[in-house]
Amino acid sequence: MAIEIEVNGKRYAVSYPPDTPLLFVLRDELGLTGTKYGCGEGQCGACTVLLAGAPRRSCQIPVSAAAAKPVTTIEGLEKEGKLHPVQQAFLDAGAFQCAYCTSGMVMSSVGLLQSNANPKPEEIVQFLQGNVCRCGTHPRIIEAVQHAGKMMQERAR
Amino acid sequence: MNTIGERLVAEPERYEFSALPIHQFDLARRDFFKILGAGIAVFVVAKDTLAAQETAPGSPSFHSEELPKEITSWLHVGEDGVVTGFTGKAEMGQNIRTSISQTLADELRVPFESVRLVMGDTSLTPFDAGTFGSRTTPTMTPQFRRVAEAARNLLIAVAAKEWNVPPEGLVAADAKVTDPTSKRSLTYAELARGKTLAQNLPAEDPITPATEWKIAGKPLPKVDGRAFVTGSHKYTSDVRLEGMLYGKVLRPPSFGATLASYDDSAAKAMSGVTVVHDGDFIGVAAPSAHEAQKALDAIRTQWKEVPQVSSKEIFSYLKKNAEPSSSERFRHQKGSIEEGLAAAAHRLDAAYNVAYIAHTPLEPRAAVAQFADGKLTVWTGTQRPFANRDELASVFHMPESNVRVIVPDTGAAYGGKHTSDAAIEAARLARTAGKPVKVVWTREEEFTWAYFRPAGVIEVKSGIAADGKLTAWEFHNYHSGMSAIETPYDVANQITQYHQVPLVLRSGSYRGLAATANHFARETHMDALARAAKMDPLEFRLKNLSNARMRAVLEAATKSFGWPRKRIQDGQGFGLACGAEKGSYVAACAEVDVDRASGGVRVVRVVEAFECGAIVNPDGLRNQVVGAIIQGLGGALFEAIDFENGRITNPHFATYRVPRFRDVPEIEAILLDRKDISSAGAGETPIMAIAPAVGNALFDATGMRLNDLPLVPRGLRKA
Repeated sequence: MAIEIEVNGKRYAVSYPPDTPLLFVLRDELGLTGTKYGCGEGQCGACTVLLAGAPRRSCQIPVSAAAAKPVTTIEGLEKEGKLHPVQQAFLDAGAFQCAYCTSGMVMSSVGLLQSNANPKPEEIVQFLQGNVCRCGTHPRIIEAVQHAGKMMQERAR
Repeated sequence: MNTIGERLVAEPERYEFSALPIHQFDLARRDFFKILGAGIAVFVVAKDTLAAQETAPGSPSFHSEELPKEITSWLHVGEDGVVTGFTGKAEMGQNIRTSISQTLADELRVPFESVRLVMGDTSLTPFDAGTFGSRTTPTMTPQFRRVAEAARNLLIAVAAKEWNVPPEGLVAADAKVTDPTSKRSLTYAELARGKTLAQNLPAEDPITPATEWKIAGKPLPKVDGRAFVTGSHKYTSDVRLEGMLYGKVLRPPSFGATLASYDDSAAKAMSGVTVVHDGDFIGVAAPSAHEAQKALDAIRTQWKEVPQVSSKEIFSYLKKNAEPSSSERFRHQKGSIEEGLAAAAHRLDAAYNVAYIAHTPLEPRAAVAQFADGKLTVWTGTQRPFANRDELASVFHMPESNVRVIVPDTGAAYGGKHTSDAAIEAARLARTAGKPVKVVWTREEEFTWAYFRPAGVIEVKSGIAADGKLTAWEFHNYHSGMSAIETPYDVANQITQYHQVPLVLRSGSYRGLAATANHFARETHMDALARAAKMDPLEFRLKNLSNARMRAVLEAATKSFGWPRKRIQDGQGFGLACGAEKGSYVAACAEVDVDRASGGVRVVRVVEAFECGAIVNPDGLRNQVVGAIIQGLGGALFEAIDFENGRITNPHFATYRVPRFRDVPEIEAILLDRKDISSAGAGETPIMAIAPAVGNALFDATGMRLNDLPLVPRGLRKA
């Protein structure tokens, strides 16, 4: 039986067992490979997407549970060729090395900034604790999130 | 890594290099060839093979076969003016795509944006032994400078011929050749049009001194950065081919287990599922990952398990099982230890243990394999594309020319992606399925079936005179390896010895190899000696150290750190360590805070000075240095693989702790730019001083000397 999901503003009918993690539907069925598999256990944050605006680990969400809520992935952030401020801030700060964690870091940070537009470094640390970066780019990521918050406030003015 | 020319002599701890491929099968053979577009091409050829080649007319014959192994890098200026560099090196986060592009642009006098780099593709790039050992910058930078300079001179020669003027007066700049007299100019694109010029060059030192670099030396941003922040970059695990299946491999329940019985009838009955049982390999391929998992779960197996060594006994096991035959081979001696010890006012003997740790690159091992027209193409995130190709050719009994390995820029490796496991598995499944197959290891597979940084035991005997001068230094490393095993300190009487031990867990390279273990033991021991002599640890080191580059990093780090620091609150401690390896120098100072009630340990601040000769890209270098410090904190404080009777007991991020945001201290990285010294690699050495610096700071805070890595896997219990 097909499950209907909405991803980045588009609706899709997918035929997957309802307990299939959303991550694999996004990657294998919809070809949205920006969302990464890092552990499949909700421990690394590489698969973070926004579910109804809130950052969630897509490896822990059964596709059936995503049916009622809009999903935003890293591919859905860019608007008319313009990067989301968080993407721009990561780019400006060089806040990645291998960059495999970047999609998850960006999505988590977008989630943080929606609820806290001007986070202190310790609040960013707390919020991103579940996102693993193995290359050790953490200081620049904190810097990028703070910078993104400022950009978003300026754009909102 | 030792090199003789560009031939590699692997250290003994690179166990994975000599290991057999994990599976062996049958396959058929075919051919392949490649084509280069028109334009201007320059090849760097290893010096000793150039003389032989000069007798043969023309450029190396890369049309019929693969490129000769002697070609180490090459460059192509196309009819569109695009400059393409070709290297067998792989990008996995260390940012060499950017730094090499900078070097090419700099020497060829073209904008950075017009350079692209083809990397790690066995059909398109020259042979390369692999991306490891901090070799990319010291070998590729001078070579690409040579090819770029030669290409520039060729372009000038073409322009000179066109205008019928002597080449000496012409100037190459901004991707154009200009005649200052007549003010004529031709772009590189115009000059390359319709040409098929090629030139061979010997590999030699760089020509443009670092003081005159214009694009190299600058903090340019990562090439293709936008593709990474938008998620559009395709890592191996993102590659999707038409009709591709998803593969899963059945793993034994423990190391060394052999298959006793097997029933795959239920799996074979599933629609669209291919089951492969070949030798010790059992795997499935299915149209989706969940169908593959379902099929794998349906296979019934019984295994015969054999007893295995466990982590609780590993250090005594390593000590007991050293191979006596290795002793003399890996022994270095000078002076007389007996005399040195007899002359000592203080003696100190100690043993240090280092646990197995895992690389845990965030992108697990992955491969996509496709058989078509008798040829095998594999996309895989490996540090050794050519070695992977050769292994694939070997296990499938195909000629190497029929196997192509392509390395997409990879989700990190840290020395952990040298072998071709996932590539072989995907290819084996693809061969039977008749369709492309993707295999992506799970995190648990990555933690269990990859290889580890080897555990080790290090024993040190030492003596110092009353004035703090070292009189004797005897250093034995069991199993972990001999990288940076030699002390950089001045000591007349010394023995260093590496003792090989047969593998317990599958082991191999890890960022810096055994240099981290050897630095940990040496620098912890030096700290303890300084205390015994009642000397400041910095003063003690400087007293025994004449190497000017090492002294410079020590002085830079301690100055910025404010050494010696006074304790202003209980639980605070300060430590330092230094070291050198692969032509670069590092010194780190650490401040820790110990909560005596809970045993909680926090690294508060790290100041690290690093010097690797002339800096090619200070921004990328800073990322590498800060990254090494943070990664190093994991192995220093809490990372350890636990295993019991052939099973890894902590194969998850929930149970194997890696550094996270809360573990990250305030970090200051001081980069010393020595424009008078040729650039060394920087991926490894910055990790080496962090563990001893933190351990020494913990001693300063608590008076407890911790001689094992990790230092505080469960906090500081007795503090």
